Amino acid sequence: MTRLRSTLRQEPMAAAAALFLALLLTAYFAIHPRGLTLATATIWSNQVFVLAMVAAGQAIVVFTRSLDLSVGAILALANCVAARLVDGTPEEIALGLAATLGVGLLCGLMNGLAVVAGRVQPIIATLATGACFTGVALWVMPIPGGSISAGLSDLMTFDLAGTVPTSLALIVVCVGLLWGIPRLRKAGRAILAAGSSADAARNSGLDVDRARVLAYVLAGGFAAIGGLFLGLQTLSGDANVGLNYTLNSIAAVVIGGVALTGGQGTVTGAVLGALILQTIGGLLFFTGVAPLAQPLVQGLVLAVAISAGGINLLRQTSRLEFHK
Amino acid sequence: MQTDQSVPLLKLVGVSKSYGATRALDAVDLCLAPGSIHAILGENGAGKSTLMKSLVGVVQPDSGRIEIDGRPVRITDPQTAARLGVVCVFQELSLVPHLTVAENITIADPPLTRLGFINRGESRRIARDLMARMGVTDLDVDTRCVDLPLTHQQLVEIAKALHRRPRLLILDEATSALSATDVARLFALLRGLRDDGVSSLFISHRMHEIDAIADTCSVFRNGAHVETFRVGARSDAERVQMMIGRSIRQVYPAKPPAQERRGTPRLELRGLGWEDALHGINLTVMPGEICGLGGLEGQGQNTLLLALFGVLRRMHGQVLLDGQLVRDAGPRSARAGGGRFALVPESRKTDGLHLEMSVAQNLTLAALDTLAPHGLTRPPREQRAVADMMARLQIKAASPDALVHTLSGGNQQKVLLGKWIALSPRVLLLDDPTRGVDVGTRQQIYSTLRQLAAEGISLLVHSSDQDELIGLCDRVAVLYGGRIAAMLDGPELTEERLLAAALGQAPATGSSAGQAAAQAGVPHTDRGTAPERRAS
Repeated sequence: MTRLRSTLRQEPMAAAAALFLALLLTAYFAIHPRGLTLATATIWSNQVFVLAMVAAGQAIVVFTRSLDLSVGAILALANCVAARLVDGTPEEIALGLAATLGVGLLCGLMNGLAVVAGRVQPIIATLATGACFTGVALWVMPIPGGSISAGLSDLMTFDLAGTVPTSLALIVVCVGLLWGIPRLRKAGRAILAAGSSADAARNSGLDVDRARVLAYVLAGGFAAIGGLFLGLQTLSGDANVGLNYTLNSIAAVVIGGVALTGGQGTVTGAVLGALILQTIGGLLFFTGVAPLAQPLVQGLVLAVAISAGGINLLRQTSRLEFHK
Repeated sequence: MQTDQSVPLLKLVGVSKSYGATRALDAVDLCLAPGSIHAILGENGAGKSTLMKSLVGVVQPDSGRIEIDGRPVRITDPQTAARLGVVCVFQELSLVPHLTVAENITIADPPLTRLGFINRGESRRIARDLMARMGVTDLDVDTRCVDLPLTHQQLVEIAKALHRRPRLLILDEATSALSATDVARLFALLRGLRDDGVSSLFISHRMHEIDAIADTCSVFRNGAHVETFRVGARSDAERVQMMIGRSIRQVYPAKPPAQERRGTPRLELRGLGWEDALHGINLTVMPGEICGLGGLEGQGQNTLLLALFGVLRRMHGQVLLDGQLVRDAGPRSARAGGGRFALVPESRKTDGLHLEMSVAQNLTLAALDTLAPHGLTRPPREQRAVADMMARLQIKAASPDALVHTLSGGNQQKVLLGKWIALSPRVLLLDDPTRGVDVGTRQQIYSTLRQLAAEGISLLVHSSDQDELIGLCDRVAVLYGGRIAAMLDGPELTEERLLAAALGQAPATGSSAGQAAAQAGVPHTDRGTAPERRAS
């Protein structure tokens, strides 16, 4: 109980995001023509899955006080690789899955090395690598197409024996494997410490460089899972699906209470942020608001979320703090 | 544990370290016995910090040898130092702000489960045990360090060092943020460690603390080791003399006689206070006067300058400029109204100059309101103003269009000065104006400052250089713990008095003189009244 209370105190934004999402979901399923059923929940879950993955990866990079502008491109590349390889016999599918995930991790590794070893500003480095990844994706799949195992698609995009949507469970499993485990080990602690204060972390003997590379690798992995799932939904690959996901992942991270200054926040918060953004989209669709108004509403939510983070400034008595 | 008294735990032989032209450590020899508490004493810039940093591998000495247990060692980074048993409690905290107390204490080698997960329960237990060893029981080890007050952060920092099981514990001003109770607890702990054969290297400005805890004391001056003696073998006066030594007095412009400082005060501070940093500051500065702000680093000098510049909100007390109450409205208004206050900040690279812009652009930036009315720049007028300022301050640059980062440090400092003088301020606030400036340029800056004073500007100068305070300033207010501890004027302005006041000691002779001087500059009507809020 005290643990819960201290978590709430330390992560007020994530708590607010959870509350807001609960309200949104109530409204969403109240307005939904077919109400809340396993089928409608599954459709919702499939819609939010991809951004949830990308945002989770982005959050880890943001923990280290960096940014990854290539997550959308990695997602698209993984999507194209999946559309080429994830089909055929079970063995071929397994290999294809491994290749898809491997491509994502490899892209992340390249980002990390460019930023850490190449000493390039993260924004510039990932902008450049992102363009390269898109280029490779276009080479893999010049025009949208390919094929993905329909059996696997059915397995992943429905529900778990009539209980919960498979994709919802997958969010928990993926976040648990890719972040839940590192977070409880030295590696994850180094990632948070590197963003909170790189100097203090270094003075304390943590390998800050390795932590930053690992953060990019994890972000690449998450993006690849997102790209794979997108393929399972559309049964094809498209090299140009990425850009919106990059920008929305940053928005989701901010809404979920992850500080862009590093070291603060939770991946759970970022996932909640992603769910909020995607649910708003669905909600607006059902309420009959013009599709063109969607970006406006999402932008307003983002603006409110960012302003909420600035409330603390009102308590500062040194004006120098305003500009930090 | 083998504690052979004949072999020193730590031995330095001819260790030197230079930063550019500055010799921070000059052929230092030093011996440290096992199971001793060894104090290091010295002024700001005496080389203490560099010594510490060399011992824990944060900086590498240029030459010389470090031995541990009689064996030469190379200390490349803090981790190597820790493996050799040398652990430092840094003055600048090395805590990761958003991790908890327990996570910080065990950060370097957290207890792990068999599967390689961090054992958080064990980590908490370790943290609680260490804090209990220091006598601290009222601290929740699950609190994030960023949420802790500075005193507790300091305690956590010490606990973190203890967790590394040091053989030599280095405490660099570790008591500066602690309350008297916590200091007593820390001392008890250090004595316990000493009895177990652990040595401590204790760096402090507070001589009474050194007398209370240390058995041996070494004095450093200008990067050199002066003398090592048993604590108690030298008097306070002898130690202060040792710390000051003889130094080459730089050429300072002549000071005007004190009688000239009459008339109406330019600046009056009445009971100025802000948060925990400033308390009841009463100060009067006359037109044409250079008033120094002295004391150990971080006793409120910077804060006082920022307060006058209007950066701080919710201050107590009053600021009067030429008899008129100053309203609290931020740097914009501090600049406005015929140039009232101008601040030349300490770190010129980050706070004051636009390094990638030209000399001319920098010089005119603060004064754009007058040089470019209605938002339109007028090149001929600007060029004239720039040429005048460059001549007045003797700024050496290839042309007014030279980029500032291509200039020498001294000339950069002059550009920074010129930028603010262009506003013709009535009070010029300077934060360590000659830090990192070579001697020749220093002299030019000193004569420029005196010239500005002669023009009628009042200058408030914070300096970490004692020599500069004595040579340049008409009067010096010495701050200690956010209060004016002493006001030194004329013949009182000596290194001994300055240092004694900075260390928070009562002056040995004429103990009321400093006090009386501090109050002489204060209109007596205001003394003792409750601080008022500044009008807003």
